[in-house]
Amino acid sequence: MSDTHLSEEGRRRSALFNRSSGLLKIILRTLGSIIVTMVGLLAITFLIGRVMPIDPVISVLGERATKEAYDAMFIEMGLDKPIVVQFLYYLWDVLHGNFGESRLTARPVIEDLIRVFPATMELATIGTIIGVFIGVPLGVLAAVKRGTIIYQIIRVVALVGYSMPIFWLGLVGLLVFYGVLGWVGGPGRLGIFYVDLVPTVTGLILIDSILDGQWDVFWDAVSHVILPASLLGYYSLAYISRMTRSFMLEQLSAEYITTARVKGMSEWKVVWRHAFGNIKVPLITVIALSYAGLLEGSVLTEIIFSWPGIGSYITTALLSADMAAVLGGTVVVGLVFVCLNLFSDLLYKVFDPRAK
Amino acid sequence: MSTVDTDHQSLRQWLLSETPMSRRQARFGAFYQGWLKSKSNRLTMIGLGILLTLLFVALLAPLIAPHDPFVQNLANRLQPIGSDQHLFGTDSLGRDILSRLIYGSRITLYIVTLVALIAPIAGLFVGTVAGYIGGWADVILMRITDIFLAFPRLVLALAFVAALGAGIENAVIAISLTAWPPYARIARAETLTIRGADYISAVKLQGAGPIRIITKHIWPLCISSLIVRVALDMAGIILAAAGLGFLGLGAQPPSPEWGAMISEGRKFLLDFWWVATIPGLAIFTVSLGFNLLGDGLRDVLDPKDSGDE
Amino acid sequence: MKQVTQFIAAMAVGVTATLGVPPSYAETPANVLVIAHRIDDITTLDPAESFEFAGSDVSRNVYGKLVNFNPLDLSAGYEPDLAASWDVSEDGKTITFTMREGVKFHSGNPVTAADAEFSLRRAVILNKTPAFILSQFGFTADNVAQTIVADGNKLSITTDKKYATSFVLNCLTSTIGGIVDMKTVMANEADGDMGNSWLKTNSAGSGAYKVVSWKPNDSVTLQSNPDFYKGAPAMKRVIVRHVQESATQRLLLEKGDIDIARNLNPEDIAGASKSPDVAIDDELRGRLMYFSVNQKHPELAKPNVRLAMKYLVDYEGMQNSFLKGQYTVHQAFLPRTYLGAIDDKPFNLDIEKAKGLLAEAGVDGFEIEVGVREAQERIEIAQSLQNTMAQAGIKLNITVGTAKQILTRYRARELDMYMGAWGPDYPDPQTNAGTFAYNPDNSDEKKATGLLAYRNAWDPGAMNQAVEDAVIEGDRDKRKAMYEAMQRKHQMESPFGVLYQKIEQTARRSNVQNLKVGGAITAVSYWPVTK
Repeated sequence: MSDTHLSEEGRRRSALFNRSSGLLKIILRTLGSIIVTMVGLLAITFLIGRVMPIDPVISVLGERATKEAYDAMFIEMGLDKPIVVQFLYYLWDVLHGNFGESRLTARPVIEDLIRVFPATMELATIGTIIGVFIGVPLGVLAAVKRGTIIYQIIRVVALVGYSMPIFWLGLVGLLVFYGVLGWVGGPGRLGIFYVDLVPTVTGLILIDSILDGQWDVFWDAVSHVILPASLLGYYSLAYISRMTRSFMLEQLSAEYITTARVKGMSEWKVVWRHAFGNIKVPLITVIALSYAGLLEGSVLTEIIFSWPGIGSYITTALLSADMAAVLGGTVVVGLVFVCLNLFSDLLYKVFDPRAK
Repeated sequence: MSTVDTDHQSLRQWLLSETPMSRRQARFGAFYQGWLKSKSNRLTMIGLGILLTLLFVALLAPLIAPHDPFVQNLANRLQPIGSDQHLFGTDSLGRDILSRLIYGSRITLYIVTLVALIAPIAGLFVGTVAGYIGGWADVILMRITDIFLAFPRLVLALAFVAALGAGIENAVIAISLTAWPPYARIARAETLTIRGADYISAVKLQGAGPIRIITKHIWPLCISSLIVRVALDMAGIILAAAGLGFLGLGAQPPSPEWGAMISEGRKFLLDFWWVATIPGLAIFTVSLGFNLLGDGLRDVLDPKDSGDE
Repeated sequence: MKQVTQFIAAMAVGVTATLGVPPSYAETPANVLVIAHRIDDITTLDPAESFEFAGSDVSRNVYGKLVNFNPLDLSAGYEPDLAASWDVSEDGKTITFTMREGVKFHSGNPVTAADAEFSLRRAVILNKTPAFILSQFGFTADNVAQTIVADGNKLSITTDKKYATSFVLNCLTSTIGGIVDMKTVMANEADGDMGNSWLKTNSAGSGAYKVVSWKPNDSVTLQSNPDFYKGAPAMKRVIVRHVQESATQRLLLEKGDIDIARNLNPEDIAGASKSPDVAIDDELRGRLMYFSVNQKHPELAKPNVRLAMKYLVDYEGMQNSFLKGQYTVHQAFLPRTYLGAIDDKPFNLDIEKAKGLLAEAGVDGFEIEVGVREAQERIEIAQSLQNTMAQAGIKLNITVGTAKQILTRYRARELDMYMGAWGPDYPDPQTNAGTFAYNPDNSDEKKATGLLAYRNAWDPGAMNQAVEDAVIEGDRDKRKAMYEAMQRKHQMESPFGVLYQKIEQTARRSNVQNLKVGGAITAVSYWPVTK
């Protein structure tokens, strides 16, 4: 769990969209539940912001604020109105695409989100790729080698991933791979001299640099992303390999596999074509959920690696009572989460014969 | 009950009986078989061993700690591992790291125990009520559960600690708050299957009210699936608590909470690596212990996923 | 498990062994200065609004002021900058500046008296947090049209009463005295904000550098102004990158990825200084570390209890251990190098004496809450205080929170005890005297939350008058003596225990020369830097 949550409950969460049949009904229900969830999210966040023992006016004006300046700002921020009214005002603005202005960055929240979210996305995507490309084969291997020492090793590898305090591993990793060995770039997304060299198109530096043909920037970005992404990758690997193993075991004990073996089919074919072919859909669901977990922004990883992502953005804002930024960030994270859930659910419905 | 024999051999027979005479015998029997199965799994036993050690260390902390964990000695700070008197060295204020580690185990245990009590019970309550009553209560309760699920976890915990103020009790509440929704979902799913069962209808006919049915008949049946889940969640709880401590929002100084110890030690990481590394290893070891045990428990209670024969 | 432990231990040992001789890889370009610094406190770059340390660092290099400090000779005090000279009227209330000819803004517009008039009026009218630095002289939005007036190449400012000229001019050297380019700023005005939202993220000055970009929590990039009136700076580009961790800053510095690391802790300073490529500069800054106790608390209100607590601090022990090289014991409210600063250190760790004082006060142990913000050195100081005070029966419960959380409670007078830092706002003794020793109305209704004395519910009594007198005393020596006397009284009577003054240790690549971070009175200057 730590800062990402790759819980298996994810599957159950998506069941939220699984209750009715009939396409229109599904769509309406889904939209409805997304809206209710989002409004609920905002309401809770808003409430937290108001009960927090941080004076929001002080966090805007700083510690030397005079009484006059304080009172003026109090009114300007609408703090004299009842909280429900404040919330409705806020909702109204959000519906009009206005997330307000961050007090910390002096910029519109939407602009900040466009900057920080791609950073998290880049990290999460590469982390997930690592998790999938190592985790899935490991899971399959474990299932095939069930009961052997290989099975035990894979199991321990996965459990170690689950057990590691990621902030500690990050510090040690940075020290060893950057400080001592010099294999990877330091903290941040780019080396100082590569900053601002490529025009922002997608916000994903890896893609922007390729689009612009600047390969040196690309490789610098790779060297910076690889370590934090590997840490997150290890974490999702633990989850993905465990689920793969579980799905595969179920398939391998099925009758048709025995039949195929009896027919003399090669073991490779049995495992990969038949058994693995059948677990693709649930596996994609698992991966989508793991990805959603990473996209929520791995607060601690981002802090350790000075990664300007959404997790550290929300956290910093939260601790300074910069509530416009917190609310905006929460909406994005919540939406991403709900949408990925929805996607995996749809996938399930479309491709999995049993779900029909 | 009169069949219970104190003789060991027959106790074993009683437990392993193929035809249990009572529900209690069946349940104890199932647990015993699970134990036998777990016992043969070395990894599970290692996990259990780690946790028993933790419990032992926490209980006997005042006896086994070589020093007072709070006594400072600025002249003797940042001593290396294996130095005189200080097996694991000393920290920035000259306190003995080993003693702090030992006392810190109490805090870890305290947090884990409280969260492991609060979150599942809250989840059980919400889930069974929603599942049993159904209708609007179900819709509203489950929608609230979904909202909490869609929240980024650490952010939610952070927000609550920020709102309530830093401190170990508030950290426990914050972590529980992020941990309960999955339990609610499990409990609800279980309730839905149990609700329709014949014997519930029978109990109803006998005139039992909903409170009695939920507490006496539904809760007991939900518990075993919750326990597995709790065992698997423990490691996450420890890591979350350490994360809060690391961010300075958990236990307050001078409390030797492990996450806070890492946070204190990280500024010396380059020259005095052990100050942060040792509590990091402690957290890792304990959460690995919980994971090994949880994984083993799951194998026992959910054989589909089992790899051991 | 054992193998894993051994492996990690071995790895870590390897790490420390190797770090002794860090290989140097890259080098920054010869005309680019790269700095690692904590800049997450920047919330605006508008000189009328900016009030944080890292913001002042940017502002000092971007905006010229009427009078300013020479970074290479800070002890000389203020000297002409955009004003070539000034005259003081007979009644001492009006100062008339004559503007320097031929200076241009980055836009190419000439710097005129009208720009200066606009900038100062704008700061008063916008009335942002630092506006008190100007409004304390009686300037208000309603009277600036009469009190701040440009005429040809002259600008006159008229204060409400006679103040020490040095006091007024010192205030004009602070960030809020920055002169902005009126035409450019007003071209970017939105909703009558006098360009405030544009200037938050852009610059319109005449200084050595202009802002290329500010990315919150990430970086500030400055580009040199080749037409700077003192000559084009050697560093064409200055990049300040936000790096939170000391260890990371050190790694970057040792690898040559940066030229300067500004937030190394004592251990990393010691480690980095072993490298032949790294040099360390020490500069005494204005920031004080202090504790204070709330006078609403019945025990803490007793004079002998307050005094006793000042004997329960291990001043030397902390200075020589975890604060080593970065804080020096200082026990009065004016930082060294300020006019009137004293070096008296009446207090040392003396548990018996403290116990005696507590007994005289009839106090037999009590328990209080101390609020500290989340910063390692402060938490460590608080724990050390906790340790020493416990020896005399005072039990401290430490509450750690974010800066904003603790500050909210401190301002609301809710904390029993506060442990934190105070940095002067402008280089005149009034800046600290007016907050540590001045609180004319101690009532809750007054909400004078800007004053430290108020936050601790302390009524300085006769000291209020002494502060008011000192600020209008024209004779420098007399004024100095007034502050000295005031501090000696304050040391013994006030609920403030001043502990340390900050020494900033800057680690630089040894080829970097002439970087001055600004001493106790101003911010960093990049234009003299060469490498």
